[in-house]
Amino acid sequence: MSPKRILAVLLSVLASAALAGAALAADLAGLVANLTTGGFGEREAAITAMAASGEQRAAPILDALAAGQLYVRKSDNLVLIGKPDGNQLSLTEAISGKAAGSGTEADLDRVRVNNRLRGVIEAAVGSLTLMSPNAKVRRDAAEALFKRRDASSLAALDAALAVEKDPRIKRAMSEARAASVLASDAPTAQKLDAIALVRERADRDSLGVLEATANSATDPEVKAAATAGASAVRQTLAAWEAAQNVWYGISLGSVLLLAAIGLAITFGTMGVINMAHGEMVMLGAYTTFVVQEIIRTSAPHLFDASLLIALPLAFVVAGGIGILIERGIIRFLYGRPLDTLLATWGLSLVLQQAVRSIFGSSNREVGAPSWMSGAFQLGQINVTYGRLWIVVFSLIVFATLILVLRKTPLGLYMRAVTQNRPMASAMGIRTPRVDALTFGLGSGIAGLAGVALSQIDNVSPNLGQGYIIDSFMVVVFGGVGNLFGTLIGALTLGVVNKFLEPYAGAVLGKILVLVFIILFIQRRPRGLFALKGRSVE
Amino acid sequence: MKFGSMMRTGLVAAGLLAGAAGSAFAQGAPIKVGILHSLSGTMAISETTLKDVMLMLIEEQNKKGGVLGRKLEAVVVDPASNWPLFAEKARELLQKDKVAAVFGCWTSVSRKSVLPVFEELNGILFYPVQYEGEESSRNVFYTGAAPNQQAIPAVDYLMANEKVQRWVLAGTDYVYPRTTNKILEAYLKLKGVKQEDILINYTPFGHSDWQSIVANIKKFGSAGKKTAVVSTINGDANVPFYKELGNQGIKAKDIPVVAFSVGEEELAGIDTKPLIGHLAAWNYFQSVKNPTNEAFIKTWQTFTKNPKRVTNDPMEAHVIGFNMWIEAVKKAGTTDADAVIDAMIGIAVPNLTGGLSAMMPNHHITKPVLIGEIQGNGQFDVVSSTALVLGDEWSDYLPDSKDLISDWRKPMSCGNFNVVTGKCGGKGK
Repeated sequence: MSPKRILAVLLSVLASAALAGAALAADLAGLVANLTTGGFGEREAAITAMAASGEQRAAPILDALAAGQLYVRKSDNLVLIGKPDGNQLSLTEAISGKAAGSGTEADLDRVRVNNRLRGVIEAAVGSLTLMSPNAKVRRDAAEALFKRRDASSLAALDAALAVEKDPRIKRAMSEARAASVLASDAPTAQKLDAIALVRERADRDSLGVLEATANSATDPEVKAAATAGASAVRQTLAAWEAAQNVWYGISLGSVLLLAAIGLAITFGTMGVINMAHGEMVMLGAYTTFVVQEIIRTSAPHLFDASLLIALPLAFVVAGGIGILIERGIIRFLYGRPLDTLLATWGLSLVLQQAVRSIFGSSNREVGAPSWMSGAFQLGQINVTYGRLWIVVFSLIVFATLILVLRKTPLGLYMRAVTQNRPMASAMGIRTPRVDALTFGLGSGIAGLAGVALSQIDNVSPNLGQGYIIDSFMVVVFGGVGNLFGTLIGALTLGVVNKFLEPYAGAVLGKILVLVFIILFIQRRPRGLFALKGRSVE
Repeated sequence: MKFGSMMRTGLVAAGLLAGAAGSAFAQGAPIKVGILHSLSGTMAISETTLKDVMLMLIEEQNKKGGVLGRKLEAVVVDPASNWPLFAEKARELLQKDKVAAVFGCWTSVSRKSVLPVFEELNGILFYPVQYEGEESSRNVFYTGAAPNQQAIPAVDYLMANEKVQRWVLAGTDYVYPRTTNKILEAYLKLKGVKQEDILINYTPFGHSDWQSIVANIKKFGSAGKKTAVVSTINGDANVPFYKELGNQGIKAKDIPVVAFSVGEEELAGIDTKPLIGHLAAWNYFQSVKNPTNEAFIKTWQTFTKNPKRVTNDPMEAHVIGFNMWIEAVKKAGTTDADAVIDAMIGIAVPNLTGGLSAMMPNHHITKPVLIGEIQGNGQFDVVSSTALVLGDEWSDYLPDSKDLISDWRKPMSCGNFNVVTGKCGGKGK
């Protein structure tokens, strides 16, 4: 072949490639236009067509659509992707990817999607990104197709499987393929293989696939295999479920422990029935809110440390107010439990209304720092970082408190005063001061609990009310005056509650726990671990 | 002529004279309007906003010269989320302050508590919140949604658009969720849903640890059929519930949750990014685009001096109820309860979604039903909306109320007319 002819051939190849490219671009533009006009039905058809085109540029457009970031500019009907950038949106042209300046929501029409479309988009993006160079994207794509279980994705999966190297992704892809086979009209043998593969996965999603197959299969052999597979998966899951309930119980127990441990000091060792304890927790939560607000406006980069900053502040705020309450009210009421109960209850209402007047009655948003958001899978158990950290935190608080009580002079004085007040006084301990500090310590710890609870509950003036009964229950159950009793009591009640809830329902579960405690107290009036010695009398 | 009636005649004469003189300022004693919303306690989170919106509406009306040439004056009381106190405060408003109408209550139990008081003293109550139906009183105007204006269309939407076959009915344990779920269960069964595909779950008020219940929902949802949660969870408990859904990775496209008590106000305390796509059914969303709504939002944000303050459905109900009451007072030419109650029926005022809402003979109003999906910014995108639907006080799906109708026009004047026996007085009171 002469060089001239080679050149000619090359040119013609190039030209046809360019032509094909141009045709594709026109195609994509047409589909994108369909995406932005018409109802949800037309949009769904356009998305499916975009997935079928195999056009790589379609994936980011669909991603933006799912995220609600695809816009049509009102002035020129241009389809744009808008990423939030401060108060503005930084815009790029959807099809060409060229930057298109910035704009505000007012000049743009957002292309709306609904749940159904989000599912379709996820599968479409999945089939488009199966060949992505990024391993995580490929894996997500396979997972999305597994959940979607649509026969039309078989071709894309086969093509991707042929070139995939990573064994784990290959596995995910073949599972997705199996799920798609089960949704197609493939021959029985293939379906049986697919059922075996899905069954090995043994998680909630595979159970869904197997149940759906068992429900819809017409072939008796397939139906039987799917039913058998589903019950096998269900058995595996039942074991995980028990483990999961234990974890949820520990997590609830740690929350109860945090809420109750301050009360174990004020009620348990001082004997003050402090109905305003819950409000100390609430003050801690509001301190966290204020800290985060200040950080948001003046030092956003510190946001991840906001809870760590809030901890000592919450301790000081709640503890300080606790000392004020003790000096101002409670010290006049020692030995009059009924009066203390009424006075502190009134006080709790005053504190609630004060907070409501200052911060308003609506809930305040306390954000989660990045190290507390998200979750990880432990087998089939879903463990959220937030809950995990709260368990760790409650144990740290507990251990620190034990150390303070056993190893510091303050702890020594506190124990001396609770055990024998006149004697302690005779030894030169300033008992009123110790009383104030003890009450302050209990309240301060409630403040710490508030920081943790702001992560899982509403930060509202009523936050404390929800915990006061539970806290008393834990302290009484565990044994008044015994910190280890509080720990065991909180964890027991947490786990029992979580095992009862799925069977008895939340309302009946609570009632059963209450009945159990009443009966238990009849049998052991001093709780799990009764204090022995003179102080009891 | 007694002294009192002499005085009255004198006043009327003075009023006429002033009117004839064409003076712009309002004459006579102001008309008192009672506001009965909890400003403290658990319900304060929702009800305080309604008090504020009423104050704004009264202020706006006074700027326009009041009504019948008289200014309006708000009388605000705080029933403190305490149900018996609602009845006491209602009595105080009607007997001591002699208010012309009361706008108030949120929970059904508070409405049930004040109902005998309004009937005894012949007062007028405007109730702005979606409720379970099964009630119709001559003295109450229900401007919130009945189940057929919220729950049933939401279920229809999920069946048609998301092909849902399995249902979790989750609610707080009190009268509204229990009755609504009873109606929904009957409706679902009528539509051919089997008992094993329905899971009903109740939780106490303020429930905060949702881990095992959400896990249970997830388990129920992995039976190979599309599953949805219909939530009548009320108040504070919603925030931890939605947080837990996000934590356990339940996305709206896997198991959508449609809520009847979650609006813009409730979402204000949560990061809504993990919740995108979960649904709510209401008759109004702040995101609805039309000039009336935009003007209302602007007035509201100026009034509260907070440019980020959100609006919600019960607020719209108060706007509609208040405007209807103003029209009825104008039509009756007096604030006398009997005259106003008769004048109310048939009055139509613009709602905030771009249409007209009318008060019907059963004391319920016509509204469109909107289904919205939660967006990342705490607002809702409307994905479906219906034409005007009339509130049906007696559900067609419950055996002991399907034969009842309510018509407060004379000569029928009956809240529970049984169409089978042809007598007034069936179930209910």
